[in-house]
Amino acid sequence: MGFPYLSIIVFLPLAGAILLALWPRPSARTVRLLSLSFALVAFILSIVVFFLFDRSAGGFQFVQMVDWIPSINAHYFLGVDGLGLTMLLLTTLLGLVAVLVSWGINMRVREYFCWLLVLETCLLGVFSSLDLILFLLFWEFELVPMYLLISIWGTGRKDYSAMKYLIYTILGGAMILAGILLVYFNTGTLDMTQIQLTGTTPIITTMFFLLFLGFAIKLPMFPFHTWLPDAHTDAPTAVSVMLAGVLIKMGGYGMIRLCVSMFPGVAHDYAPILAAFAVVSVLYGAAVTLRQTDLKRLIAYSSISHMGYVLLGIFCLSEMSLTGATLQMFSHGVITGLLFAMVGLVYDKTHHRLIPELGGLARRMPVIAAVFSIAGLAALGLPGTSGFAAEFLVFLGSFSSGAFRFVELYTVLGIIGIVITAGYILWMLQRVFFGPPKAEYEEVEDANRLEMVPIFTLVAVILLIGVYPAILTNVIGLGIAGIV
Amino acid sequence: MIGLEHFLILSAILFSIGIYGVLVKRNAIAILMSIEIMLNAVNIAMVAFSRYLALLTGQVFAIFIITVAAAEAAVGLAIVVAIYRSRRTVDVGEVDLMKW
Amino acid sequence: MFPEAAGWAIFLVPVLSFAIISLITRPFFNSRPRISAYITIASISSSLILSLWALVSVIQAPGHAILLEPHDWVTIGSTTIQVGIAIDSLTAVMLIVITVVSLMVQIYSQGYMHGDGGYHRYFAFMSLFTGSMLGLVLASNLVMLYVFWELVGLCSYLLIGFWFHRPEAARAAVKAFLVTRIGDFGFLAAIIFLYAKTGTFDIAELYVVAPALLSATALTWAAIGIFSGAVGKSAQFPLHTWLPDAMEGPTPVSALIHAATMVAAGVYLVARTFPLFAQSPQAMTTVAIIGGFTAIFAASMGLVMTDIKRVLAYSTISQLGYMMLGLGAGSVAFAIFHLANHAFFKSLLFLGAGSVNHATGTFDMREMGGLKKYMPWTYAAFLIASLSIAGIWPLAGFWSKDGILLHAWGSTPVLFYLAMITVFMTAFYMFRVVFLTFGGSYRGGSEARSAHALHESPKVMLIPMVILAILSITSGWLPISGFLGGESMGFFEVLSHPMPWVSLILAGLGILLAYAMYSAKWLSPEAVGRRFQALYRVLWNKYWFDELYERVFIFSVLVDGLFLVLQWFDTYIVDGLVNGVAGATIAAGGILRRLQTGQLQVYGLAIFIGVLAIAACLFIFAP
Repeated sequence: MGFPYLSIIVFLPLAGAILLALWPRPSARTVRLLSLSFALVAFILSIVVFFLFDRSAGGFQFVQMVDWIPSINAHYFLGVDGLGLTMLLLTTLLGLVAVLVSWGINMRVREYFCWLLVLETCLLGVFSSLDLILFLLFWEFELVPMYLLISIWGTGRKDYSAMKYLIYTILGGAMILAGILLVYFNTGTLDMTQIQLTGTTPIITTMFFLLFLGFAIKLPMFPFHTWLPDAHTDAPTAVSVMLAGVLIKMGGYGMIRLCVSMFPGVAHDYAPILAAFAVVSVLYGAAVTLRQTDLKRLIAYSSISHMGYVLLGIFCLSEMSLTGATLQMFSHGVITGLLFAMVGLVYDKTHHRLIPELGGLARRMPVIAAVFSIAGLAALGLPGTSGFAAEFLVFLGSFSSGAFRFVELYTVLGIIGIVITAGYILWMLQRVFFGPPKAEYEEVEDANRLEMVPIFTLVAVILLIGVYPAILTNVIGLGIAGIV
Repeated sequence: MIGLEHFLILSAILFSIGIYGVLVKRNAIAILMSIEIMLNAVNIAMVAFSRYLALLTGQVFAIFIITVAAAEAAVGLAIVVAIYRSRRTVDVGEVDLMKW
Repeated sequence: MFPEAAGWAIFLVPVLSFAIISLITRPFFNSRPRISAYITIASISSSLILSLWALVSVIQAPGHAILLEPHDWVTIGSTTIQVGIAIDSLTAVMLIVITVVSLMVQIYSQGYMHGDGGYHRYFAFMSLFTGSMLGLVLASNLVMLYVFWELVGLCSYLLIGFWFHRPEAARAAVKAFLVTRIGDFGFLAAIIFLYAKTGTFDIAELYVVAPALLSATALTWAAIGIFSGAVGKSAQFPLHTWLPDAMEGPTPVSALIHAATMVAAGVYLVARTFPLFAQSPQAMTTVAIIGGFTAIFAASMGLVMTDIKRVLAYSTISQLGYMMLGLGAGSVAFAIFHLANHAFFKSLLFLGAGSVNHATGTFDMREMGGLKKYMPWTYAAFLIASLSIAGIWPLAGFWSKDGILLHAWGSTPVLFYLAMITVFMTAFYMFRVVFLTFGGSYRGGSEARSAHALHESPKVMLIPMVILAILSITSGWLPISGFLGGESMGFFEVLSHPMPWVSLILAGLGILLAYAMYSAKWLSPEAVGRRFQALYRVLWNKYWFDELYERVFIFSVLVDGLFLVLQWFDTYIVDGLVNGVAGATIAAGGILRRLQTGQLQVYGLAIFIGVLAIAACLFIFAP
């Protein structure tokens, strides 16, 4: 069994949260430093796991299995393959960034950081559990911190957005629960690694679609996407980072881990329809993004478009397209996390988020402008950034997959998305940062040292993956090879 | 000859009068008294059956009911007094805290 | 023997210079901007030396090619995407052209950008651009080529928008990126298509396997896709609108990126993948027609512009059209030969325009005039370059342009006639610039700079211009076309053919007309303008293409049309449905909650009725 790395990583943030809750009268500084240290240790441990992961063996590693509820054959069962490991790394990285960008929170500080850490534990749990009930437990529990974070520390119509998020996710969760129950009563096991139903009988199709719809809401796929712009817009910066960076990746992860890998037959049969939804998400999301005037809303809509590429990659079902989809999840997590962090910074400095009210900021905040531009360019898939590597693999994998008729056409339509993406990103940069400086922003300041730490970390990751994606694709490939 | 039926009919009439009082009276004390009537209607039925079946259980239960009714009257009147003190009324139409 | 590390170093050294400037000198030595310029110049000089070494090695190598093993970049399952470099004669020529022009431009920029607040940033971007451009020509496979292809586009975007506080510059930068990206969409699709059909990205391998594995139609589509990338990058019709606007960038940027190198990348791309085009007559015809049409189309707009840089921009588009025509006519050698010559004389023209601007503070030729007296060196250099672009024997432009004309005659005579008219137009608009700028008397400049403030540019700007002027004369004498596998012509022997005489006479007529209108004033330009007023308006408004694309297509049809409808759909239908369900639930609750009166007696009545109902049911339905 070895050293229980995964259990420690998963529950470390929770332990931090409990410690924080019990700490007698901590100062805000103590709270921040404590949460930072827990998030940092979790991140370091996940990097250790990343390097310890045996590339020659593949499969599920760091497995830990203990009887949990013997009467229904449920286990406390953790383990990661290349796919889960990538997501684990993304979560701890963004968890750390989220703590850093929350430094300026000064309302109910202790409570805030507690919930942020609990959220991280839930996400880590989703990506590392291999037992369906355990998976569902983490999946559903994530709602609690998320709801509270949005509705207490949010802005604007925060109650509406939090409730919308809650209802959508509970609906999705209910479908996943129904799907899991169907799977359990038909197979008698809850072990994800054991289940594989190749048939396409109505009952298996029902299982597939119950699970798929649950994940599609989370992804989000058109037409289940409208919770996302509201939730992102009204959430505090760090929560937007986690939401766009990690939470919506749960949908993509679930589709690969549960839908595609457990029901290959159904996935193959329905791939054309689902890929069509993917292309619609890409183009529709991009078109609507172009009309947004609120920076946060704009980035939120762009996520719909970018997650469409993930969906396309998943349902073209080839090794390369799935690898590309996973890399796109990682890449989009980092890029969008950075974009939201940058919007948060701009808002902190100027107290404006509407594009028409901003303008000419590059003069006053050159570092923010430069990093925002790098993030934007990465989002539009500029070579040398992770965005290009991921989207290129998705396109390449989808086009050459031959999964169904006209898959080439779907891919080419998807590629059109990158032109529109370039349009809204560059237009946004132009109107926010370029042009003559406005008098009202004469006094705004650039990012300070502390704020530079997380954003430069993310920039480094974006460039590193962009220049040499094999760091991740080698690991992802091991996970995907076991699925295709 | 007065048989079981007569007792039961009496009991039913008394019970109906009680129900009517409980549902229609606005005064909380009147409602409490109506409940007493309903309880005593049950007592009559119990005792009548006890005599008819030659079983003591019915009479034992009748004693129980008289005790419980006494306790109930005490608690009920206490609540009515408490409501009267806070609201200056014993009209149940005014007391609708269970709404929504 | 040429080591592989040296090949990689050619483009990595300027990229390193970019990293050093942006990570070290800009943050820590901000008050000493000259350091950044020196780092850039040193890095590009070393690239030049390495490129010369590469050239010598290629000349000696068998088959004029140095083949280097590619390296794995990404491996997924059984497929591996590789990166690697290869140096053949085409690459070697491009390397020399890029490094020479870039070096000259960097030296010149020290003077031109002197005192600008973004000095570090300028040289950082210039380094990155040079590195990416070198990487583009060195790449041995399409993925790496595409990577650098986009990176030069990025640098172009950054440098056009260098003075980002000017709204026109910011707008032009976005326009340049977006218009080229439309072309790149086709290029990317073609790369993926070729991979799906052949399983390789390696260009040399594609030469062999693509014609064997692809049907004729598929090959044509692939070639058209690649060509669409070239159309965007080289500002060919119908994606030409970005280049004139790109003149908002600093003038040395226009010289390097938007005249000599990056815009020529489209020509390079077609030349690089030429074996694919050669298999498809339709694709070749498309290239020739687009090129020939663009040449005359852009030249016509250059006739009426009053901004010196815009004339040069249209001239660039027109000359790139020539190169495309050469490629379409089947002559890679002369197209690249012209690319090299054009790089020298056009960058010189831009540097000359920059020098003029340095003195007068304007780019508007109506405010210049008489500068011959004040800036003799600039005048001499500009004149040489103009003669060269007009194709006057024995300057550089003559040799390559006549080569292209000769091939056009051989393939499509219609395009040949168009090209001949373009020769006339080129000579006319170039000498219109020369006479308006340097001839006559001084007309004031911007902010009415007085004539005695006019001065020749500093040496640091003049020396690169002199070197480029020498190259504009002599580069045509180098055996570049022969080196690239084409034929070469004897120095005097060429004059024994009739064709060169025709083009020389046409060019001479163009110069004469310009002299008549703008120097001797035999003909009044205003009178000519009135005479052909309709035509003049069409040209002045650039055939309304900008309006058509931006106002009509992008804004009316897409952003404020289709996308507005989609946004409406999203807000009121998709989200409206969700909110509608929520609203219906609330409304139903609003009605049903009235049943809960809070009156115990009502509840009691309900219970009583319920009990009665159950009892009744029992009596009625009990067996």
